[in-house]
Amino acid sequence: MWDNATIQMLLVGIGESLYMTVFSALFGYVIGLPLGILLVISARDGIRPNASLYKVLDVIVNVTRSIPFLLLMVMLIPVTRAIVGTSLGPTAAIVSLTFSAAPFIARMVESSLMEVDKGVIEAAHSMGASDRQIILKVLLPEAVPSLINGATIAIATILGYSATAGFIGGGGLGAIAVNYGYYRYQTDIMLVTVLLLVVVVQIFQEIGMRSAGKSDKRKS
Amino acid sequence: MAPQTLIEIQELEKTFQTKNGAVHALKDINLQIQQGDIFGIIGMSGAGKSTLVRCMNLLERPTAGRVLFDGKDIAKLNDYQLRTVRRSMGMIFQQFNLLMQRTAESNICFPLEIAGVDKKTAKARARELLELVGLSDRAKSYPSQLSGGQKQRVAIARALAPNPKVLLCDEATSALDPTTTASILSLLKDINRRLGITIIIITHEMSVIEQICNRVAIIDKSHIAEVGSVEEIFFHPKTAAAQKLVYPDGRKSEPFSAQDADATCYRIVFDGNSSFEPVIADMVLEFKIPVNIIYADTKNIDGKAFGQIVIQVPQQESLRENMLRYLQRRGLTVEEVTGYVG
Repeated sequence: MWDNATIQMLLVGIGESLYMTVFSALFGYVIGLPLGILLVISARDGIRPNASLYKVLDVIVNVTRSIPFLLLMVMLIPVTRAIVGTSLGPTAAIVSLTFSAAPFIARMVESSLMEVDKGVIEAAHSMGASDRQIILKVLLPEAVPSLINGATIAIATILGYSATAGFIGGGGLGAIAVNYGYYRYQTDIMLVTVLLLVVVVQIFQEIGMRSAGKSDKRKS
Repeated sequence: MAPQTLIEIQELEKTFQTKNGAVHALKDINLQIQQGDIFGIIGMSGAGKSTLVRCMNLLERPTAGRVLFDGKDIAKLNDYQLRTVRRSMGMIFQQFNLLMQRTAESNICFPLEIAGVDKKTAKARARELLELVGLSDRAKSYPSQLSGGQKQRVAIARALAPNPKVLLCDEATSALDPTTTASILSLLKDINRRLGITIIIITHEMSVIEQICNRVAIIDKSHIAEVGSVEEIFFHPKTAAAQKLVYPDGRKSEPFSAQDADATCYRIVFDGNSSFEPVIADMVLEFKIPVNIIYADTKNIDGKAFGQIVIQVPQQESLRENMLRYLQRRGLTVEEVTGYVG
């Protein structure tokens, strides 16, 4: 099985998986980070409480998070076609991965920002900080270690979803595992792809944990 | 020059709406704080003192009444104006509330960044303030690497960075041990004297008031029970709330009787006119007759002695009279008591 073609295929698979994961995470944060910030500041004990805004965002996040990823992908086929022109391949998968990751990321960001000491926010208010300054200079910087931890979890989760995307033509390691291991009973290739996925997740995990620890100034 | 009123609170009221109905945190609050005061606000926990100090910079919006800062009603300001006014009101907290991800120096730069001061100027100011609070060598330390007292010093430096007119201290020493508390209080006093910054101190500890305040308001069950100079409140606490704070163990809890039922005693009252001259020792040396100190309770407030000492004096009347005159000549209030002193 270790002919050049197989190795080539696996390398392309890793590349595609990373491509899907990185871009989905990136776009996921473009949507999820502001959403998480809005959730925190509009909450009852936030810096700009707004019950109706909070409720609307809360419901959107909960509903989208409740839809299983596989079904979300199918539902989003028309949207994906409209955006990328096709519903097949890694680029197409990024659309549904982003939609699926964004609310998840929003929740992660929300819980990271909620950890920031209310007293510090009050101190910033007492110094005459504006809402914008509190978000940019207090909430986000103080939550950095926790945000990095959240990002690590988000990336591992998206990588897992990207493998699922392989089932309906998403490409990447997931597609290889499905096509060879499931349809052709080539267990060895499937095991190799699983192993590769595990290694990739471990690498992300390690990088994430190290940089979170390094950025954390709370421990002496 | 007559002292100017810096903060005036008129008919202030604060009500919180809770599930169990309205809670009146503050009612009928009227206060005047003069420029240069170290003004103490003392009360039991839950009395509303923290809410009161938060009404002064509108971290809490009063339900009714007015807060005048430098003659301006701050509740009438728009967001931008309020933020500007807040820069002239520094605040420090019980839990320090430093930014944990920033160094000491960078924490002090923070309010300046907010005010739009350029980085270089802010850094120079931070250095200057670190020196003032005695932490020049800890500029690059993170809060987690500092002790409680050091954290509060950084917080004080941070509050002073934008050159405020007033420093609001919310239980600033309550999380510190007695030695550290004393050093923080003397730093605050120093700041008040050297920089002329008005200081408002919220505390539940009478010792804090004693050590640095010149004026004090006693707040009890959402009301101001008593306001006055620290001397006044210490010596003539009029209300029950004030008496409870001045004499936490009960005023007449220690009845005493002289060994002799008919022994004559003098109660000598120190009310601030006399400093710490060794009055009793001087008298004993002068008359060459020992006296028995029955009871003594004196305090040092702002370098003056306050309190009372009860001495048992000799039975011989002429000698007694001479002692009485001697003490009165030294400017002390002396009264004769027999048998019982409370």
